[in-house]
Amino acid sequence: MTTIDNAGTIDTIEVPLYRAAHGRTGDKGDRSNISVIAWHADLYAVLVAQVTPERVAAQFRFRAPSQVQRFLLPKLHAMNFVLDAVLDGGVNDALNLDTHGKSLSFLLLDMPVRVPRSLEPLLAGP
Amino acid sequence: MNSIDPSTLLIGCAAGFSGDRTDAAGPVVDTLIARMAGAPAGRRAFLIFETLAERTLALAQLRRRADPDAGYEPLLDDMLRPVLARCLAHGIRIVSNFGAANPRAAARHIARMARELGAGAPRIAVVEGDDLSGPAHRALLKEALGAQMDGIRMVSANAYIGAEPIAAALDAGAQIVVCGRVADPSLTVGPAMSHFGWRADDWDRLGRATMAGHLLECGAQVCGGYFADPGYKDVPGLEAVGFPIAEIDAEGRCTIGKADATGGLVSEATVKEQLLYEVHDPAAYLTPDVVADIADAEVRALPGTGRVGLSGVRGHARPDSYKVNVCHEGGWLAEGEISYAGPGAEARARLAADVLRKRLVGLVLRVDLIGALSILGDDAGRALAATPDSGLRDVRLRVAATHADRAQAERLAREVTALYTCGPAGGGGVRTALTPRLNTLSCLLPRGAVPVRFELLDAEALA
Repeated sequence: MTTIDNAGTIDTIEVPLYRAAHGRTGDKGDRSNISVIAWHADLYAVLVAQVTPERVAAQFRFRAPSQVQRFLLPKLHAMNFVLDAVLDGGVNDALNLDTHGKSLSFLLLDMPVRVPRSLEPLLAGP
Repeated sequence: MNSIDPSTLLIGCAAGFSGDRTDAAGPVVDTLIARMAGAPAGRRAFLIFETLAERTLALAQLRRRADPDAGYEPLLDDMLRPVLARCLAHGIRIVSNFGAANPRAAARHIARMARELGAGAPRIAVVEGDDLSGPAHRALLKEALGAQMDGIRMVSANAYIGAEPIAAALDAGAQIVVCGRVADPSLTVGPAMSHFGWRADDWDRLGRATMAGHLLECGAQVCGGYFADPGYKDVPGLEAVGFPIAEIDAEGRCTIGKADATGGLVSEATVKEQLLYEVHDPAAYLTPDVVADIADAEVRALPGTGRVGLSGVRGHARPDSYKVNVCHEGGWLAEGEISYAGPGAEARARLAADVLRKRLVGLVLRVDLIGALSILGDDAGRALAATPDSGLRDVRLRVAATHADRAQAERLAREVTALYTCGPAGGGGVRTALTPRLNTLSCLLPRGAVPVRFELLDAEALA
């Protein structure tokens, strides 16, 4: 059930994405893919509405992706983001300690999202 | 609880990369043996090891140059010796890319190992055709890569070849198939093609087996490895995380579980993370065998079994070309680190970075402040420039640069070391490293230009 206050807006709370979803990074060359998988089917629509390619590009602004693509997997309640040119050349070229960009899923999962208060019981962790 | 469908094919995976745990195979083999024994005669099982990544082959090629009998997986003996005799005794066949840059030498090593173990003389096949580093292929690569090939010092060139030669080797009676650069999922598709007699254009079945192979190919990553996040994603017994076993049916559908008596867990969450790992367009996962399509895939836990089912995978006609990776010498990577602690530590680390930038003219430095901002930063330093000093009291400065000329790269190590006496106060724990780099070029080559084959090696070839 969704609660609506007097102003007609949905009662929401702001949480980091990692409470609503989990994910993993993969790399090929200078391209990174990051999955974002809803912890519950009912959270999926919230993620689709808010975790947009534009917001993901903004979250990775220092990595300056040349393109951010989002693929939807509704039967898995998941999204797959593909970020081009975010690995400073990739595993053989980057000067980063983490040349694979394996840590990047946690940068994405740190993004704030607003979740209807009615869905709060579905969130993971504290 | 362990309801057994005797018609399913069992495939266990005991390594997900070169350098994986070498005690992984034992519990996988024990579990395969138990599941074979619980079923009527005729149930088949395979053990696969996936040990290659983009860099691994180039490093193997360098070892082969130094020693013609080297160039295969350095941990081959540690991985295989504990389980080889049991696999042969129970009819578990072995398929792996641990041949790396020298499958024939790996095959000789395995034959020797079997003799030492008193396990007889197994029928070993090698799969070849992926290695394009010889002079005969130079013109072909030049045609595909053009000016990028000019002036490079090539170390390795390999096509990602597919499952067909593996299936053919198994059909010919091989008990062990040693490959070089075959695509990771092909290690699973080959046994399934051979076992079920699928045609090479049975796209849906090949697509399903490919995604089963994709779930297996990173070893523990589908069993709770690379998953744990305390309080959010808790994994029991991570120190003894199990490795995966797929059961594949005649349609290519699979369930994924793990070795008995191990830690970890296989859940919908672990399977979904691994299913999407290194996938770009989910409707078009390109492999040499098939274009697999998981856009409508479903993942369902099978209650009471510890297993998860994968369904809804489709396949489309395979690409007309092979992906080829060319590795070449890429100059030198220089790295240096120094730590600062206590009041003003972050300010002193930042000052040290400033000193290095001013002294190392001609080198483009990456700067990390480990403890403040490091691996989430960018090589150009945009993120660090936007991050003000937050007064951290335990910071490790790391700088890195690359240069074609070794002497230029060495300047970085000397300047970091000189911070001991010439830099900010209280710097300690200097470490420096100079590493030769390998760079990669990629291209596509028509399948017809890359003939692949298998060969069942005779006693003379294995001596």
